[in-house]
Amino acid sequence: MKDYFYLIPIAFGLGLTALTAFMWSLKAGQYDDLDGAAERILHDETDAPIRTTQPGR
Amino acid sequence: MGCCGSGAELTAALPEARSSDEEVLLASRIVADGMRQTDLSVPTMHCGACVRTIEKALGGLAGVQSARANLSTKRVTVRWHFDDGPPPFVKTLSRAGFEAYLFDVKSDKEDGALSELIRALAVAGFASSNIMLLSVSIWSGAEADTRDLFHWLSMAIALPALGYSGRIFFRSGWRALRHGRTNMDVPISLGVLLAFGMSVYETVQHGPHAYFDASISLLFFLLIGRTLDCMMRERARLAVRSLVQLAARGAFVVQADGTQVYLPVEEILPGMSIMLGAGERVPVDATVSKGDSELDVALVSGESVPLRATVGSTVRAGTLNLTGPLTLVATAKAGNSFLAEMIRMMEAAEQGRSGYRRIADRAAALYAPVVHVAAFLTFIGWMVATGDLHNAITIAIAVLIITCPCALGLAVPIVQVMAAQRLFKNGIMVKDGSSIERLAEIDAVIFDKTGTLTSAAPRLVSAEHIDSASLSLAAALALHSRHPYSQALVEAAAGLTPSPVVFDDITEQAGFGLQAQSGATVYRLGKPSWALASPESIVGAASVALTQNGQWMTGFCFEDKLRTDAAVAVVKLKQSGLRVELVSGDRKEPVGLVAAALGVPYRSGVTPNEKVARIKALSAAGQKVFMVGDGLNDTPALGAAHASMAPASASDVGRCAADFVFLRQSLLAIPLAVSVAREARRLIRQNLALAVAYNVVAVPIAIMGLVTPLIAAVAMSGSSILVVANALRLKGGEGIAASAAPGTISAAAILEAAE
Repeated sequence: MKDYFYLIPIAFGLGLTALTAFMWSLKAGQYDDLDGAAERILHDETDAPIRTTQPGR
Repeated sequence: MGCCGSGAELTAALPEARSSDEEVLLASRIVADGMRQTDLSVPTMHCGACVRTIEKALGGLAGVQSARANLSTKRVTVRWHFDDGPPPFVKTLSRAGFEAYLFDVKSDKEDGALSELIRALAVAGFASSNIMLLSVSIWSGAEADTRDLFHWLSMAIALPALGYSGRIFFRSGWRALRHGRTNMDVPISLGVLLAFGMSVYETVQHGPHAYFDASISLLFFLLIGRTLDCMMRERARLAVRSLVQLAARGAFVVQADGTQVYLPVEEILPGMSIMLGAGERVPVDATVSKGDSELDVALVSGESVPLRATVGSTVRAGTLNLTGPLTLVATAKAGNSFLAEMIRMMEAAEQGRSGYRRIADRAAALYAPVVHVAAFLTFIGWMVATGDLHNAITIAIAVLIITCPCALGLAVPIVQVMAAQRLFKNGIMVKDGSSIERLAEIDAVIFDKTGTLTSAAPRLVSAEHIDSASLSLAAALALHSRHPYSQALVEAAAGLTPSPVVFDDITEQAGFGLQAQSGATVYRLGKPSWALASPESIVGAASVALTQNGQWMTGFCFEDKLRTDAAVAVVKLKQSGLRVELVSGDRKEPVGLVAAALGVPYRSGVTPNEKVARIKALSAAGQKVFMVGDGLNDTPALGAAHASMAPASASDVGRCAADFVFLRQSLLAIPLAVSVAREARRLIRQNLALAVAYNVVAVPIAIMGLVTPLIAAVAMSGSSILVVANALRLKGGEGIAASAAPGTISAAAILEAAE
């Protein structure tokens, strides 16, 4: 019985973390462009024009 | 970057958009101080390289703060500083090889529904997996203390989840009840709430059976169906909206002092003077006060031959100015223009269709009372038999839980999502599930001619019999005109060696044709009566003549070009037992020719009103009509028909009015859509039968009072899985896009379950 006192909160906390992470990613627009994200990984990150004109992205 | 090359040629052919700056301003919105945001639709973007080219090109412009391309929606969002006018977005993109169109953000309102559903689904998924975890240990025979603790924990998880995820159903069910109707959401809400309420009572009383798992996993299953349904509609809406905007957004109005101002369409008042360049659309109904041109009226009246517009002629909103600049005097406000009138007629015609009740709602109307009466009778029965109030209520609620239409709620949307997916892969967009249901019921098809059965562009008749030197000479001349006949000539002469004749001066006379000089020789290409020096010497029935110094060289005849597979599509439709008819606003001869080629009855010179009347007459005779059309004049008919379809080239209003939009050239989309819809109907009926069969087995068990939470959970999941598996038979191939996000969530749920 004593095990529950830390096991259940841990299980519950982990689940809650996953839920929060999903909600955050949804809100941050990570699912807005699934096709684009797959292609963007191939982009050359040192490309100056995109980087300088997009601070904060 | 090979895939992006084709765009460049397309853009080269487009007329220069001189109103671009003002239009950009009108369509943009302010996001921060001095910062504006513009959304552009770029339909030809289809790879990572495109994304990069677009972002680089736009990001490099002065004043642009950021440019972000979205490959899934084929849109680009640009944020820019409003200091000295909008940067030249469209021009920059066209130089990079992409056609771009302004995308009106203001009309984008439905965005909230889907994200609300996904969030509700995520919460329900989290809660149901955690409660399930606790329930498994209860089912495996936990001691009373542990069971009580787990019940309390389940309740703590279930309560917020019920409030957050359940409100979607409660809201809709409450709305239906308030209007004295009942829909699927009423028994769902009732079942879930009662199950929760009883479980709370059990928990407080330290009872053995709590149904928290049942009530929350029910929500989870139903939300999956609901979310898929919403995604399907969202995707179709996006795809349809990102097609080219045909309606004029505004026009240049001449002020009293002679300056020109670009005004949005809504602000143009009768009496204002409008400058309309070649290649622009008429913004409001008007009369011509200066200039001479030809108008492409195909989308407005269905006539394939352009109309001449001179001083004094009336022009309708939505027609396309082809040859020369015109000065117009507006005669009506946008709200009173032909376009608006068509929309009003369409809305009036749609009233008839709104009487259609979806299969799910019809099933619910039968199902809900039966279930509620069964639960009530169970309660009475147990009260009479045992007199134990608590026991009677528990069993009655168990009946409600076990009959809660989990499978029924999934039975219809899951099949429709699968059907929409299959149609989507074949280039057909579906507006919503109810249109699939309605399409399955039709027994007559009415086609419009221009732009639907035929491409809007005419075709040169028997090009192979025409002397190739004259043809290439005519094509060289025709290159300088936007007239559809000229473009047909250019197309017909595409493979020939270019004409050796060099022209010094080419002029276009609106309504007549082209005149060119080559040294001392004068060539004319146009109306035979104008091109020839002596009108008596007309040879044959040619509609366009090529002359040299007034002497006959060659005549050209044109016909409407049937769309690819038009004949096959009509035969297939007839084979599937449908009546096919051609109803067009065009003149008798061209309509008759097309109808004869396809072997269908026809009506010509039909006004928009008469089209609606024809559909009403057929409906009165008990037939359900499927209308396929593209023009503004078809819009009321598209709204009036039992189901309707439009090609992607249709007018904006027509496309929005139609239930289906097909994106490819081939008309085979129509028989395909009909057969998929019919197959979907068959599967929906099977699914409903399965759901009912499940109830026939489960309800007696519940009435006898033998149901435990374990049985409820197994029975409900089992029936849902069965229904989904049956719907998957429609799929025919993989479909990833629509199920991507719920897949992500259930993956999260699995992860949680594994912890």
